[in-house]
Amino acid sequence: MTELLLQTIVNATYAASYLALVAVGLVLIFGVMGIINFAHGEFYMLGAYCVVALYADLELPFLLSVAAGLVFVGLVGIATERTLFRPMRDNPLGGLVVSIGLLLILQSLATLGFGVRMEHIPPPSQAVLTLREGVGIPVQRLNVIFAAVLLLGALWLFLHRTRWGFALRASAQDPEAAALQGISMGQASRIAVGIGAALAGVAGALTAPLVRTFPYMGHSVIIAAFIVIIVGGVGSLEGAVLAAVVYAFVHTFVTTFVDGVIADIVGLLLMLAVLIVRPTGLFGSRDRG
Amino acid sequence: MAERRTLGAAFALSLVVALAALPHLLTYSQQEILVFLVINVLLVMSYRFLALTGEWSLGHVVMMGVGAYASALAAKRLGFPVPIAMLAGAAVSAAVAWVLSFPLFRMKGFYFLIGSFAAGEVIRLLWKRFRDPFGGPKGLKRIPEIADIEWGVLQVDFFNPVAYYYFCLAVVSLSLWLLWRLERSSIGLTFHAVHWHDGLAASVGVDTRRYRTLALVVASAFAGLSGALFAHYVGAINPTRFNIEEMVYVLTWAIVGGTATFYGPILGVVMLTVLNEVVLRKMGLEQARPLVYGAILIAFVMFLPRGLESVVPRLARLRLRRPGSARA
Repeated sequence: MTELLLQTIVNATYAASYLALVAVGLVLIFGVMGIINFAHGEFYMLGAYCVVALYADLELPFLLSVAAGLVFVGLVGIATERTLFRPMRDNPLGGLVVSIGLLLILQSLATLGFGVRMEHIPPPSQAVLTLREGVGIPVQRLNVIFAAVLLLGALWLFLHRTRWGFALRASAQDPEAAALQGISMGQASRIAVGIGAALAGVAGALTAPLVRTFPYMGHSVIIAAFIVIIVGGVGSLEGAVLAAVVYAFVHTFVTTFVDGVIADIVGLLLMLAVLIVRPTGLFGSRDRG
Repeated sequence: MAERRTLGAAFALSLVVALAALPHLLTYSQQEILVFLVINVLLVMSYRFLALTGEWSLGHVVMMGVGAYASALAAKRLGFPVPIAMLAGAAVSAAVAWVLSFPLFRMKGFYFLIGSFAAGEVIRLLWKRFRDPFGGPKGLKRIPEIADIEWGVLQVDFFNPVAYYYFCLAVVSLSLWLLWRLERSSIGLTFHAVHWHDGLAASVGVDTRRYRTLALVVASAFAGLSGALFAHYVGAINPTRFNIEEMVYVLTWAIVGGTATFYGPILGVVMLTVLNEVVLRKMGLEQARPLVYGAILIAFVMFLPRGLESVVPRLARLRLRRPGSARA
């Protein structure tokens, strides 16, 4: 029993790490642009397909493929911001609709390019790190956890220690005041969406060998990410990370000890409960839009 | 004035004749599509009814599913005659919506959108999880159809798409007439007030929450009815049929058509069905359907945010101006 419990904790930590990467990007975009990006799960999917194309098909090194995924999806994000999101700034319904449109387009492109079949990606490392008798973690999963901690740490430093980070946080707190201080809203939006998309892309790239990679893989991720950002309080990055941990633990434990569908239901009910009791989220203080 | 009335009556009469003649000009598979089109008209019009109060739901297709499941189970398990089961389906949809209104109307705008999505997903997962009575992921099969009518000369087999089309057309027309009456009554005006000035409406004594609930319950009842019409024609339903993808199609119809006028969403669903079934299918591009829908959604929100309905008055004005341009 102790083994199962410890193993579940290990699994939950892994789930929390990549979920946090996805959710933080979503929050960043919402904070600066006032748009909830429904296509965020598809950014994650694009990252995974970068690994399919570069690592599985062209046999390039895994790390290089992941880096390419980060850059490529980041660029897709920047292009999306300029063409679709900027005209819809602070128009929640418009932003919702264009991002759903983008979601459909990206899914179709993935289907047309790679087919609907699930991709088989050989994991770069088969090694399993044994923590104690009966409790282990595949090195591949461990790498995801390390990468998430590293990237989220870097993001925190960027936001709290650099000029652009200050600008970004200012635009999220009060766009008008930020603009009056001479911060370019266009530039801030571009950086926010670029980083947000890149984080989703790198999460997809890192987990591609560990999950089922197919054009609709973004669906379950986006639902989880929505739950996380609502529970964490839309607009709060720290809240999103904390909520990702809470949700991943609840979901993994219920999946292990009850079943997967019930775990999904519990997650959704958790979000509904937060919406009813405290719509600004457990850690959020601000209400935008 | 009298002239206009005659014109209106003539238009209505020709519409009735056209709708009655329509299936006889089509192939069998097109007749089936026509049945779905009529059902979808009711679905999107019920969606518009909720949108009148300014709330956009992402759970509406699930409410359609609630009606479909309830009606199918009432007919299959409880042995209700199908038309009664359909009404029961609509009633169950309304009841579920009423229960959901308590948590959901603590939210507004974006939060309502996400909340309605979450509530819908919970219902869908319940269908998936509980094999008894919902049939699990595979859903319900062998749902009874409407019993054949055999009254001497009059023999109707509702498995035939033309017969089912006439049945749906009657049900949907009656439903649309009811929705129209509601919208034109003081209730509809209050919806308008709740949408645009909810603070002001509340300050003059309008219970905005009650009106929002009414809109949700009525919209869900008609969505449930459309689901029942669907279930007893197709004969099989499953949780995937009512997922978010289907919701996106309803959203697309409403956005392409526009929701300010009564005919907007009908225009949207008819145009997109024609595009779908005639253009895409002919060109063998069915695989690219989500791509086309995505592009259409983006194009409309960016360039024609009020939908096709906003083009109609412009076209009409253009037509009127031509002979009268000397006067102006």
